[in-house]
Amino acid sequence: MAELELAAPTLEPVPGLAGLKRMAIVPAMNEEASVGRVIDELNAFDPGMDVVVVDDGSVDRTAGIAADRGAHVLRLPFNLGIGGAVQTGFRYAFEQGYDVAVRLDGDGQHLATELPKLLRPVIDGEADVVVGTRFGGDGEYRSTAVRRVGIRFFAWTVSRLVGQKVTDTTSGFQAVSRRGIALFATDYPHDYPEVEATVMVAKVGLRMQEVPVTMRERAGGRSSITAIRSVYYMVKVLLALFVGMFRKYAVPQEDK
Amino acid sequence: MTPLIVSILGAIASVLLILVVLELIRTRRLRERYALLWLLTGVVLATLAAWRSGLNTIAGWVGVRGYPPAVLFAVGLLFILAVLLHYSTVISRLSDQNTILAQRLALLEQKLREREETA
Repeated sequence: MAELELAAPTLEPVPGLAGLKRMAIVPAMNEEASVGRVIDELNAFDPGMDVVVVDDGSVDRTAGIAADRGAHVLRLPFNLGIGGAVQTGFRYAFEQGYDVAVRLDGDGQHLATELPKLLRPVIDGEADVVVGTRFGGDGEYRSTAVRRVGIRFFAWTVSRLVGQKVTDTTSGFQAVSRRGIALFATDYPHDYPEVEATVMVAKVGLRMQEVPVTMRERAGGRSSITAIRSVYYMVKVLLALFVGMFRKYAVPQEDK
Repeated sequence: MTPLIVSILGAIASVLLILVVLELIRTRRLRERYALLWLLTGVVLATLAAWRSGLNTIAGWVGVRGYPPAVLFAVGLLFILAVLLHYSTVISRLSDQNTILAQRLALLEQKLREREETA
């Protein structure tokens, strides 16, 4: 794949990116309608970026479509949930020695063309985890009232815990440095992992940055999360946050 | 009325339960998902044990005369049943997943063996 790029040189999408071993993690569960486009957009953005689709127990053609488009497919034998799926991608990135990993959802709401905003701080060594947040806040983003309150509540709580303003703790649009990859490969939370991960990142002394990005409206609009489930997750994540404050975290050291 | 010593011991035991569960989560021996029901158990039992007049009232509602702490036992028992039932569902899921893993491993080994033989 890299040879093709040399034959027809394209402009580097972000200065300094070409020298790095880079990959995209795309968690996908039953996203046959959108995963192909996500991969195509990533390839168009940067042909030298390896795309790894983590198929989290799909029952549709997600894995087949992803493989046809040239992505590496990690097929989980059963559904692990978003945290377990994303961590599979980070483990792959860690073991294969990637310098930087970006993460986009398989439903197509994250635009590959917005990646330079996320990558720049990582490439420049200013941040280990860069999170793309919705432009203009949550207002234009359709979701249940409970979920909106939850997002705001966690943004407020996490901001206080990490001592840095965080506006969106649920965004799965991220760029992560090698150190961040090493941390997430060994230790990544489960459902709604981004909230806890933000606190974890701060506790180990990695630098997190938020950048505003434009996102696409979800095509499907099938938010499977009911109000009761939202409350359950809120209590669970809150408990995890609380206990996490008393936990010791460390970025694993690499011997190379 | 509930004997004072029963209230005190009940409250201490419930708070101990909560603390043990929190410590188990902190040291990653218990996942949040499986701890919530235990914590709820601890909080409800601690409340009922410490709130003596409340326990009396509830005992009156459910027709327990004479010995209100019986309500404490009943509630505790109910929660233990709920936790056990929850664990049964968890174990069922784990054993299903275990079967899938074993099958996938067998297929993978076979594929690998065939590849080594042809190589």
